[in-house]
Amino acid sequence: MVIVANQLSKEYKIGQRKSGIVGGLQNIIHKEYKIVKALENISFEIGEGELVGYIGPNGAGKSTTIKILSGILTPDSGECKVLGKVPYKERINYVKDIGVVFGQRTQLWWDLPVIDSFELLKDIYKIPKGDYIKVKKELIEWLNLESFINTPVRQLSLGQKMRCELAASLLHSPQVLFLDEPTIGLDAISKLAVREFIKKLNKEKGVTVILTTHDMDDIETLCNRVMVIGKGQILLDGSLETLRNTVSKDRRMILETYEGTNGFSINGATLIEEEKNRLMIDFNPDIITPAELINILSTKYKIKDILIENTPIEEIIAKLYGELNI
Amino acid sequence: MESIRLYFKYVKLSIESQLQYKASFIMMVIGHFLITFIEFLGIWALFQRFGNIQGFTFEEAALFYGIVHIAFAITEGWTRGFDIFPRLVRLGDFDRILLRPRTTVLQILGYDFQIMRIGRLCQGLVVLIWAAIRLNIKWTIGKTLLLFGSIIGGNFLFSGLIVLQATLSFWSVQSLEIVNSFTYGGVQAAQYPISIYKPWFRKILIYIIPLATVNYFPAMSILGKTELYNYPIWLGWISPLVGTMFFLLSLLVWQIGVKHYTSTGS
Amino acid sequence: MKPFISIIKIRFNLMLQYRVAAFAGGVTQFFFGMVMIMVLYGFYNSSSGEIPIDYKVAVTYIWIGQAMLGMLPWNGDREIQDLIRTGNVTYELVRPMNLYNYWFARAFALRTAPTLLKSIPLFIVVLLLPKDYSMELPLNMLSFIGWIVTTFGALLISCTITNIINITTLYSISGDGIQRLLSSIVTLFSGMIVPLPLFPDKLKQILNYLPFSGLVDIPARFFTGEIPFYQLFKYFLFQCIWALIIYILGQWILNRKIKDLIVQGG
Repeated sequence: MVIVANQLSKEYKIGQRKSGIVGGLQNIIHKEYKIVKALENISFEIGEGELVGYIGPNGAGKSTTIKILSGILTPDSGECKVLGKVPYKERINYVKDIGVVFGQRTQLWWDLPVIDSFELLKDIYKIPKGDYIKVKKELIEWLNLESFINTPVRQLSLGQKMRCELAASLLHSPQVLFLDEPTIGLDAISKLAVREFIKKLNKEKGVTVILTTHDMDDIETLCNRVMVIGKGQILLDGSLETLRNTVSKDRRMILETYEGTNGFSINGATLIEEEKNRLMIDFNPDIITPAELINILSTKYKIKDILIENTPIEEIIAKLYGELNI
Repeated sequence: MESIRLYFKYVKLSIESQLQYKASFIMMVIGHFLITFIEFLGIWALFQRFGNIQGFTFEEAALFYGIVHIAFAITEGWTRGFDIFPRLVRLGDFDRILLRPRTTVLQILGYDFQIMRIGRLCQGLVVLIWAAIRLNIKWTIGKTLLLFGSIIGGNFLFSGLIVLQATLSFWSVQSLEIVNSFTYGGVQAAQYPISIYKPWFRKILIYIIPLATVNYFPAMSILGKTELYNYPIWLGWISPLVGTMFFLLSLLVWQIGVKHYTSTGS
Repeated sequence: MKPFISIIKIRFNLMLQYRVAAFAGGVTQFFFGMVMIMVLYGFYNSSSGEIPIDYKVAVTYIWIGQAMLGMLPWNGDREIQDLIRTGNVTYELVRPMNLYNYWFARAFALRTAPTLLKSIPLFIVVLLLPKDYSMELPLNMLSFIGWIVTTFGALLISCTITNIINITTLYSISGDGIQRLLSSIVTLFSGMIVPLPLFPDKLKQILNYLPFSGLVDIPARFFTGEIPFYQLFKYFLFQCIWALIIYILGQWILNRKIKDLIVQGG
C-alpha cells in the first residue's frame, strides 16, 4: 500500500464573534470558541498506481486530509503512512517523494520566466542534472509547454499556468501526486489537456494520484475509485459503479417525440422533465428493462430519437448529500 | 554549503524579478531615502533646539544613527520574507514552503530580498560618512573592524527581532503590532546613545533586547569615549557575537512556532 | 445623509471587533511614547538655554500625539485600495452616491472607531504614570473644550488627506512608496514625533501654516494651555479652511480620474 490512513482525527477551534455594538464590546471582554470536527476517525488505504477521486462539499474535510497526507498538518489522533513514512514526522525527508498541486495557488515566480522557476526547483529538490534534463524534456513535451517556457508567469493564461504548475510539481519525479482542484477555473480545452496528462502520467509512470475536485467530469474521465467525504467522515469508498448503485440504480432515457405528451405512468419509470417534445425519464432497470420501456413508449408516441445514459454523477452526489443531510 | 548556494540563487531570482519594474523600483529606492531623511530631520530639529544631549553633539549622535540605520536597512532587505510572514500564511505560500524538502528559514529568507532598502542604507551611509568627517575620526584597523562588527551585530539583532515577530503571528496576527513596535521602537531608541536614558530603560537595552551591546559600545569605542563612561573596552568587540546569538535563539523559537502551526493548521 | 450614517455605523461595528488589534495598537503607542519621552528627558536635562515649552508640556504633547495616532492620515483605506488594485473599483462607480463622499464616510469611521478604542485606555494609563512620564490634565475646562473642538477639526483634515491617499492608489497601483513618504511627512510635520514648538524657529513658522499642524500640534497646544481659549475660533477656522481646500482638491482629482476611467472603459 502506498498510503495507509488509520483512524485520523482533527479538530479546529474557531473563535465566535457576536454582532452589533453590544456584541462587539462583549467580544472585547470574553471570546467564545466553537469546536469543529474536521475529521473523525478516517481510515483508508490506497494502492500503488491508483487514481483516486476525493470528493465532498466545502468544509467536509477534504483539504484537511490532503494537508495531513502531505505533511503540513499533524492529526490530533490516528496515524498515517505514505510510502512507508509518517508525513508530519519527517517532513523534509518525506516531501521530496511527493508532488502537490493547489489549483488556486501558484508556486511559480510571478515575474520570472517559467524556466527560471524550474531551474530553482531543480536546486531545491537537489535533482541530479541528468535526471532533470530528461524529466524536464519529457514534461515540456507531454504538456506542450515549449512555446511559453520563456514567458514570465504573469503573462500566461490560466490554462498555461496550470500546465506549468503540474510540470513544476513533477520535476523531481514524485511517486505520489496530490491534486487539489487542478481544473478549477480552466476553460474547456485546458481541462481536457490537464485530464489527458494526468491519465497518461498515471498509466505510463505508475504515479499514484489523489485528486480533489468539484468537477464531476474530472472524476468520470479519470478516476477508477472515488472516496466521498462529508462531515468529517468517509461516506463511501469504491468504484464509480458502486457509488451509482448505492444512491440509486436509476438510468436515464432521453426521448424525442413528434407530438407532445401529457405525462404518463409506467411502473418503474418517472418523467423528470418534459420540454418541447423532449422527455427525460429515469427508470430502474431492475423493474423495467430498457427494451420493455421503449416498447411501451413506442406504442404511445411516435418516437424520433432515443438516448440512454447514466444519471450525471453530479446529481448522484447531490442526492447522496441530500440523503445524508449534508 | 549547498544551502548557501541555493540561497544566493533565490536572491538572484528575487532581484531579477524586482528589476522587471525599473521605474517603480527607482521610485521606491528614492522613497526610502527620503523617508529616512525626513525621520532624520526630527533629530536635527531637536539638536538645533537643545544643542547637545548629555554631552553628545549632533555629529556624534549622527554616528550612532548611521550605524543603526545601515544595520537595519540590511535587516529589512534580507528578512523581508519574515517581515511579511502573515501574508505568506494567508496566501498559502507557507504551506507550499512546507511541501519542499528544505528548511523553512532558508525558503522564507529566499522568498524576497528587497534591494530597494538600499535607499535607507544609502541615507545611513551618507549620515555616517558626514559624521565621521566632521568628527575627524582616524580609521585605524581596530575602529574599522569595530564599525563592521557593530553593523553585523546590529543586523543580526534586528533580524532576530523580525523572526520573533513572524513567530508570534502563528498565534495571533492581530497582536503583531506589539512586536513590530519593539523592532521599530528599538531602532528609534538605539539611534541615540543609550547613556541619555534612565538606568532602568538602559538596562532593558543592554540585557533584554541587547541593542546597546551591538551598537552603543562599539560606537563609543570608535568615538574614543570609553574611559569617560567606565565601560570595559572588550564590550565593544562582542557585538557580532551577541547579535548572532540573539538571531540563533530567535530561530529556535521559530521552530516552536512552526511546530504549533503544523499541529493546529490555523 | 442617511446612507453615509449607515456606512459609518457598519464600519464602526466592524472595527470594534478587532479588540486584540486595538490592544496591540495601544501597547505600541505606549512604547513609542515612552521612547520619545525618554529622548526628550535626555535633551531637557542637558540644555540650560531657553526652551519654548516646558518638559511637562512636551510630555503631555507627546501623549496626546500618541493617543491620536489612529486619527492621523498615515495610511489609506486598505479595502478601497484593494478594490482599486483588483480593478473592482468599477463596481463602486455604480453606487448611487458620490464616490468621494462615500469614501469620506468610510475614512471617518476608520479614523474614529479605533482611535476611541485605543486612546481612552492609553489616556488612563499615562495619567497614572510616575511624574516624569505622565500626562497632565488641562488646567481648566476651557482648554479641554478647545482641545475637543480642534480635535474635531483635526479629524476633518485627516479624513480629507486619507482620501487623497486613497485616490493616489488610482494613479499608481504600487502607490506604496508615495504613501509611506506621505505618512512620514505627516508624522513629522504634524508634531507627532517632535513637538512643533521645539522645531527651529524659522522652520516652525512655515510648518505652522501647513495643514499638518492642524492634526496634532493645534489640539495638543490647546490641551496644554499653550494656546489660550479665546483664539479657538481662529485656529478652528484655520483647520476648516485646510479641510475644505483638500476636500475640494480630492473631489476634483477623483472626478477627473473617474472621467478617464469611463472613457477608457475601466
